[in-house]
Amino acid sequence: MQHTNRERALWSIAILVVLFYALIPVVWIASLSLKTPEEVGDKKFFSGFSFDNYDVVFSDDTFIAALINSIGIAGIATVISIVLAAMTAYATSRLDFTGKTLILSGALAVAMFPPISIVGSLFDMWRTLGIYDTWIGLIIPYMTFTLPLAIYTLSAFFREIPWELEQAAAVDGATPMQAFRKIIVPLAAPGVFTAAILVFIFAWNDFIFANTLTSTDNARTVPAALAFFTGASQFEQPIGAISAASVVVTIPIIIMVLIFQRRIVAGLTAGAVKG
Amino acid sequence: MEAATTRAPTVAPPKPRITERARAERKLAWLLCAPAVIAMLLVTGYPIGYAIYLSLQKFDLRFPDDKEFVGLANYGDVLTSTTWWSDVATTLIITVISVSIELVLGMLIALVMHRAIFGRGPVRAAILIPYGIVTVVAAFGWRYAFDPTSGFVFGLPLVPDTWQPLNTKAGSLFVIIAAEVWKTTPFMALLLLAGLALVPDELHEAAKVDGASTLQRFFRITLPLMRPAILVALLFRTLDAFRIFDNIFIIQPGGALGTESVSILGYNVLINRVNLGLGSAVSVLIFICVILIAVLFVKGLGTSTAQQRGET
Repeated sequence: MQHTNRERALWSIAILVVLFYALIPVVWIASLSLKTPEEVGDKKFFSGFSFDNYDVVFSDDTFIAALINSIGIAGIATVISIVLAAMTAYATSRLDFTGKTLILSGALAVAMFPPISIVGSLFDMWRTLGIYDTWIGLIIPYMTFTLPLAIYTLSAFFREIPWELEQAAAVDGATPMQAFRKIIVPLAAPGVFTAAILVFIFAWNDFIFANTLTSTDNARTVPAALAFFTGASQFEQPIGAISAASVVVTIPIIIMVLIFQRRIVAGLTAGAVKG
Repeated sequence: MEAATTRAPTVAPPKPRITERARAERKLAWLLCAPAVIAMLLVTGYPIGYAIYLSLQKFDLRFPDDKEFVGLANYGDVLTSTTWWSDVATTLIITVISVSIELVLGMLIALVMHRAIFGRGPVRAAILIPYGIVTVVAAFGWRYAFDPTSGFVFGLPLVPDTWQPLNTKAGSLFVIIAAEVWKTTPFMALLLLAGLALVPDELHEAAKVDGASTLQRFFRITLPLMRPAILVALLFRTLDAFRIFDNIFIIQPGGALGTESVSILGYNVLINRVNLGLGSAVSVLIFICVILIAVLFVKGLGTSTAQQRGET
């Protein structure tokens, strides 16, 4: 099909509008992060170009601790939920048993669960158990949303795997272990990887549990640390420093999104539509 | 383990003759599912049960010794307070307005991506950024955009300096809804895009031949066929918007100026006032609201898919 110049121009405008929409608040945060305190009030984009705010952020122990907590907690939560969900997804997509729909709809119901409903209970229980303000104290509640998400995406991906190849390999003389390692693992790996990215993004994003179940650098993650960031003096609005910290935690997300965009979209919609 | 062994027989209707192999397969399946199922039950079922228990107690952490069973008194206190009802109203306003805007915007973006003659990749990458970004970060982006001393919005022409949205309730809700819409429209767009892909092109070609205009085709073919996809997307987003917390917490700390949502109320009572009894009653009521919304949608979804099956 040939497209006229007018059509091309219209599409270009539509695409520019979407790009503008998607990027404007991010660009604004980036712009603020490069301003000195004198320039913060000028209300202009990219009027300054100073990395002072980044120096402040990276020499701030609270932020560094939060960064480590975020990576550790989200990472461990991702690994645990991917392992448990992979077992479940294998069963629901490959084995024949009653209760399959029950498990999938149960996972969906858990995904709809409002976190605020269990915050009070966890707050009380965690203090009694002594795991308030610890990594494990956050990893456990993260299972409420990471497990359903992982089960959904992995089930959708596993349904697409041509499992017969395993038998074909067996016929050709491969041991079950070889068939699993050489055939199934390479086929399943991309799906598992995508699910892991999605789960990690969700865990990385959590604010409500991180806010309510932590109180110090011991386990406070980046979103909670940002919310309680006060800067050099209690009364100074540390707009520049918060912006710089925001940019630091956003860059990895942008890189992941740019590299894995196709997979992320497939994972997102597979879980929601086919489920 | 327990779920695996006790559940399977109750769920499975006893079939006349079940082969050894099928039984082994079922056993393996439940063994594989058990850890995740038990984990999900433990992390949601137990705390919600405990929340129900707490909601029946007078339990203020400042006076832990006064803990006593008070029956439904906490629910009475919540349901007769004006705060609860005004917070429910605020939450519903935010939910309805933001989800409606998201539906329209999401559909437009989905159509742009579906019919794109070029540039689909950049658009997809760009809209995934709001989706992937930390909500707290996005909320700061919006708050600082409208910040009276530094926001770029007030550097724009035609925007009067006297307009201070973050100083009024309506203005704050506007910024909160804008942040919510910005962050979650991509998810809506991607779900709708997947739904659009299921609409067969032949129907459009046929309608075109019959002389239907683009708008007619959209409203008579695309929309009806997409109804299940739209309802699923709306269900996800409505429940998510009803739980709104992060954006309000950052944009109008503490839910000031009447921007308090039910989740913020729960937080304020549970964590700031450490009144676990009263706060748990709020928590349980929010849980019930979410169930009600889900049931309404699932009913709508059921009838729509049934209708569609009847028609085709």
